[in-house]
Amino acid sequence: MSATSFDAATPGRTENDRGQGAATAREIVLSLRSLNKQYERGKSVLSDVSLDFPAHGVVAIIGPSGTGKSTLIRCINQLVEPTSGEVWLGGKELTKLRGAALRAARREIGMVFQEYNLVERLSVIENLLCGRLGYVPLWRIWTRNYPESDIARAFELLDRVGLGDFATRRADALSGGQRQRVGIARAVMQSPRLLLADEPTSSLDPRTSVEIMTLMRDIAAEQNIPVIINIHDVALARRFATRIVGMSAGRVVFDGPPDELKDHHLTEIYGGSASGEWIG
Amino acid sequence: MSAAVKSLPGPSIRARAFRPNWPMRAVWLGFALYVVYASGRLNFTWDRFVTGLDRGAVFLGRMFPPEFTRWQLMAEGLLESLQIAIIASAAGILLSLPIGLLAARNLMPAVVTVPARAIIALARSFHPIIVAIIFVKAIGFGPLAGILALTLGSIGFVAKLFAEAIEEISLKQVEAVRATGASFMGVVIMAVLPQVLARFIGFSTYQLDSNLRNSTMVGIVGGGGIGGTLFSAFQRFDYDFVAAILISIIAMIMLGEVIATWLRRTFQ
Repeated sequence: MSATSFDAATPGRTENDRGQGAATAREIVLSLRSLNKQYERGKSVLSDVSLDFPAHGVVAIIGPSGTGKSTLIRCINQLVEPTSGEVWLGGKELTKLRGAALRAARREIGMVFQEYNLVERLSVIENLLCGRLGYVPLWRIWTRNYPESDIARAFELLDRVGLGDFATRRADALSGGQRQRVGIARAVMQSPRLLLADEPTSSLDPRTSVEIMTLMRDIAAEQNIPVIINIHDVALARRFATRIVGMSAGRVVFDGPPDELKDHHLTEIYGGSASGEWIG
Repeated sequence: MSAAVKSLPGPSIRARAFRPNWPMRAVWLGFALYVVYASGRLNFTWDRFVTGLDRGAVFLGRMFPPEFTRWQLMAEGLLESLQIAIIASAAGILLSLPIGLLAARNLMPAVVTVPARAIIALARSFHPIIVAIIFVKAIGFGPLAGILALTLGSIGFVAKLFAEAIEEISLKQVEAVRATGASFMGVVIMAVLPQVLARFIGFSTYQLDSNLRNSTMVGIVGGGGIGGTLFSAFQRFDYDFVAAILISIIAMIMLGEVIATWLRRTFQ
């Protein structure tokens, strides 16, 4: 799955040769074109969102609750179907894909969830192997007969996230921070082109939140893939992101590096008085 | 606060807290009256009950001592009942998996759930004995009719509860597995089944238990098993043999319950 290129529909994109060591900051892995989403007619949750994501770095999407951040993330891997607009990943336009082609595209996008969303009654290692479901044939899933290489990689990744001793524990026996580590490992098991994270720290205490953000940033750098994180904690976003996208009422109202995000931007994103007395 | 209470019109809050519930009393009274009326219609009198007690005592007297000398006939019937129960449970539980899944409204569109639910409703609408009579008429006497009747009954019970269990699962876990690019069956195997398997095994062992009981009964209408032996013993007034059969059925049911409990513990 290397060296796919964008076609003529997205002019100006450079060739994406992930894993070939020739990556540059200009290289775009994911491109959103005029995304719109309405769950009900006339009520836009996303309005004309166009964003390009380069092959590296941590992008934080900030904004108040209910502003369409989760919808945006889910429109990328088509868990939510956008009403209109395009999602380009590699040379493929995902909104046009159906069935097996869509699942093949989806497995290249790892996703981390706010409430971890592990399969509670499965063991930790089985949860990791869920990350291979898009690759492994059905009979192997049914008989739990995963390829040896997948099992080896799962144990390797489990060690990487610091849970090597927990492989046989049931997922519901883990703490929140541990579960989120499993969630991250599961996403990376997909050998994805990028990682999406939907409020990955909102259910965690401050210290664990920092640990999880650090892990996601580092593991993405090791895998040479970008991360897109929905997060409402501005301080965490500033600390870990290389780029911040601010959203308000379904629109992008700020897009730039963390040090360009000023108080007046935050007031625009989150609302409130001009003096923004809630900004710490 | 007390001022607010006093300002309310009508009876004080203390009186209203324990207000008599007249509609409920009326329903109870109506219910009691109907029981008295229905008993009269059905000739349910004390005299009949007392004479019945006498005859019951004679009947029970003739049952003792139980007659176990024809144990081979009994063992044959019991074994056939056991086989009917196990085959019907296996077939019913296996068929319940797909039917229950198709009936789950949180995973399937209405075009699929409505027919699946119709099948379940049909399977549930008659008592196993009535279904057994229909099958005996349709395919003739013998254990096959009993097996089919109990299979249908098992689908009605297990598939319905299975569908309900699936409808209560956490869709977050399903979403996460879907996000990995898993196919629909992949999602079912790794995200749906793990959440419902324990309950499914619970329903299934309960159904095995209940099939064991029902399998002793389908024979009465010609569906094979110990029920046929029991019925003919009754008709020949062989009450001591009847007693022996009843005792052996009780033993089998108790044994079945032990096995079901053990199965549940092994699978969970």
